[in-house]
Amino acid sequence: MSADMNLKIKVWRQKNNKASGSFETYPVVANEHMSFLEMLDVLNEGLINQKKEPIAFEHDCREGICGTCSMVINGQPHGPSSGTTTCQLHMRHFKDGDIIVVEPYRASAFPVLKDLAVDRSAFDRIIQAGGYISVNAGQAPDGNAIPIEKGRAGQSFEAAACIGCGACVAACPNGSAMLFTSAKIAHLGHLPQGEVESNKRPQAMVAQMDKEGFGMCSNIGACEAECPKEIKLENIAFMNRSYLKAVFSGEEV
Amino acid sequence: MSLNSKIPSGALAEKWTKYKSTMPIVAPNNKRKLEVIVVGTGLAGAAAASSLGELGYSVKCFTFHDSPRRAHSIAAQGGINAAKNYANDGDSVYRLFYDTIKGGDYRAREANVHRLAECSVDIIDQCVAQGVPFAREYGGLLENRSFGGVQVSRTFYARGQTGQQLLIGAYQSLSRQIALGTVQMYNRHEMLELVKVDGKARGIIARNLLTGELERHAAHAVVLATGGYGNVFYLSTNAMMCNVTAAWKSVKKGALMANPCFTQIHPTCIPVSGEYQSKLTLMSESLRNDGRVWVPKKKEDAQAIQQGKLKGVNIKEEDRDYFLERRYPAFGNLVPRDVASRAAKVECDKGHGVSPTGLAVFLDFSDAMYRYGKTEANKKGMTGLSDAQIVALGEEVVSAKYGNLFEMYEKITGENPYKEPMKIYPAVHYTMGGVWVDYNLETNVPGLFALGECNFSDHGANRLGASALMQGLADGYFVIPYTIGTFLANEISTPKIKNDLPEFIEAEKATKALIDKLLNIKGNQSVESFHRRLGKIMWEYCGMARNEAGLVKGRQMIRELRAEYYRDVFVPGSNDEYNPELEKAIRVADLLEHGELMMVDALNRNESCGGHFREESVTDDGEAMRKDDEFAYVAAWEWNETEPILHKEPLVFENVELKTRSYK
Repeated sequence: MSADMNLKIKVWRQKNNKASGSFETYPVVANEHMSFLEMLDVLNEGLINQKKEPIAFEHDCREGICGTCSMVINGQPHGPSSGTTTCQLHMRHFKDGDIIVVEPYRASAFPVLKDLAVDRSAFDRIIQAGGYISVNAGQAPDGNAIPIEKGRAGQSFEAAACIGCGACVAACPNGSAMLFTSAKIAHLGHLPQGEVESNKRPQAMVAQMDKEGFGMCSNIGACEAECPKEIKLENIAFMNRSYLKAVFSGEEV
Repeated sequence: MSLNSKIPSGALAEKWTKYKSTMPIVAPNNKRKLEVIVVGTGLAGAAAASSLGELGYSVKCFTFHDSPRRAHSIAAQGGINAAKNYANDGDSVYRLFYDTIKGGDYRAREANVHRLAECSVDIIDQCVAQGVPFAREYGGLLENRSFGGVQVSRTFYARGQTGQQLLIGAYQSLSRQIALGTVQMYNRHEMLELVKVDGKARGIIARNLLTGELERHAAHAVVLATGGYGNVFYLSTNAMMCNVTAAWKSVKKGALMANPCFTQIHPTCIPVSGEYQSKLTLMSESLRNDGRVWVPKKKEDAQAIQQGKLKGVNIKEEDRDYFLERRYPAFGNLVPRDVASRAAKVECDKGHGVSPTGLAVFLDFSDAMYRYGKTEANKKGMTGLSDAQIVALGEEVVSAKYGNLFEMYEKITGENPYKEPMKIYPAVHYTMGGVWVDYNLETNVPGLFALGECNFSDHGANRLGASALMQGLADGYFVIPYTIGTFLANEISTPKIKNDLPEFIEAEKATKALIDKLLNIKGNQSVESFHRRLGKIMWEYCGMARNEAGLVKGRQMIRELRAEYYRDVFVPGSNDEYNPELEKAIRVADLLEHGELMMVDALNRNESCGGHFREESVTDDGEAMRKDDEFAYVAAWEWNETEPILHKEPLVFENVELKTRSYK
């Protein structure tokens, strides 16, 4: 069996949205088979046993697909492993004696709620602005009525793999949500079914993105580097093309 | 209480069509005046909320997540079944119906299952239209694969992320309705009580999880789509926040809980590695299309592997026991989940397990990689390749099919499944039992409906792979939009329900009292520690194999644990803030009651069927033995702290003959 790892976790504590926060450091004993969140569970269990308040962090599926877990670990959203969410990050990527700094996402459009939990509802509102195909239940033609070229369906899928975790925003010095927004525009825009609304969608979604206070893209690429689902920067180019085309189409949003 | 399943008359294949065209409906001008609460935003909830919104009802939708997109449907990997027969391999609505009834070991209602099979076809069309990027062939048409318990290819998929893509489709439809204003969305709100007025479900008490404020929400009807209760086992493939609370609060208000002991133990999960473990990760059943399950024939080989002295790849072909292929030659590695899980347990119990704990079997892709490699070589006209080169070609094919699952396996275990066979073991995955509903998906409480995994209706004693997504979406998109009309058509002159009725005030008070009670115990043990102990009791006495003595003991242990909980639990923080520990404390309190009911149900059902295996009821060769004369009924329980009361709904089979399920 693996040896214990003695770690120090330097973590952001903030009572609520209005309070100011600060770092606290806690010792914890972990082992390499634990996930990062299981290490935090162990830390929290210890705090509770001392009648102290545990560290609030959001998590749910713990298999890298729901997008609930967030946090910035040693300066990187979802930590040091590429293509990996915090819940899938395992302690074997750290070593005995490490001091690990854990913070919430820092972005003005994602206000901190408590400790490591932030409010990402802005993403929902961007989708509500137009991140869908307008089709009611029962209206659909046969699934094979429109063949879709395999490569094109693949491109759509690659963009649709976004889990809406917000790491792209947290990674970006501008706090931009372009990768998230463009992933949805590309997911639907690559499909024939999505073409009907291909003028309305980018305009409405970009407008909402701006309204939420996300920054602009300056081609740094940190979003792509930190994205746990490896969503490509190309999507932003696709979005910009779609947006420009839409603006010149004269079609009203 | 007599249970009326309200199954429409007529021939099986015509029931739903005929019923749909004759049932009472609500005119558009009246729909606007009728309010519906939908709790949950997984496939069933999001589909229901958006579809009801599209129809013009005033919908209020609730989720305890920060966004509707987080619901656990998102984690379903393998696929969704539909009787499209695109593969031209003899599939049909009837065959899907029959496979599902048989797979469920003849403990589901014929009429519900047939309707499910009929709706399956429309689901695929709907999802494609929404932009779900299903896998496609080079010709641009939809691709299919096989799942356990069937002999056709009817499973549609989007790599290993089918649930995610379907949920995002439903979430997008829901988002559109939210933008249009037909659905009012309440994120971070948890239902903690059902409110009944004059015997009808008229609203809920929800806690705002950020502020702790209790809110009274009224409506003409309430739809539960709150998922399953697999987390009663603590370790399961469910997400951490999955719970039974909304369903259980409804049960405590008079709804019945049906077949709660029917739990699905999924055969292919990553084995447990230590005490700190918080959840188990599923490896999709689709892997059994190509992976072969085996253990070493010789015990000493198994022991050497357990001690780390030997690896799976070192075991010679003739020393491997492909036990599923040996025992079930007709279905081989693709037997249904319950059968595969029990077979793995049998081998491990005999001492042939392959992890340090002895609780794992191999899932091996080396044959598949060689086979695919040869096909690739032929396609590309490459000759004279070494075995290693062929396998390398095959690896690419396997990676294209299952790449994300292999990656996930490697992330969690630190082992490379392309080079070493995977190690897997069964884990709790899905609960077939749930709130009792009739054909309309209405519970015995008028105006209260239950959809998806939350209800009990379609999977009998065992669910086939790729059928959960099918049921969630069928219920949400294509069943509830019609059947809710049977209730609401009689409510068109009922004015808007007021949330200051005494029933609402009373329910809010009771909820507040429960929260205060939990916070004021101020004991010495964490909520998590109780949950973990509950899980161990459930797994030990109500897990893969159950017997009378164990169930009696398990029930008693849960009762004691529950008493201890209310004496010694410690819930930090206060009510009026974001307090995940308090949320968990309320959920665990309900699991502590529901777990007891599962023991009671398992004890009552002295037969083996599907996922429910009673050691007292086996055939001579150790297979599960059903007792149709005694137990061909739905066990619907009325909760009572002293002794739950059993109500039986007899299952009538007019179209299929009850046979011993054989996959040999």
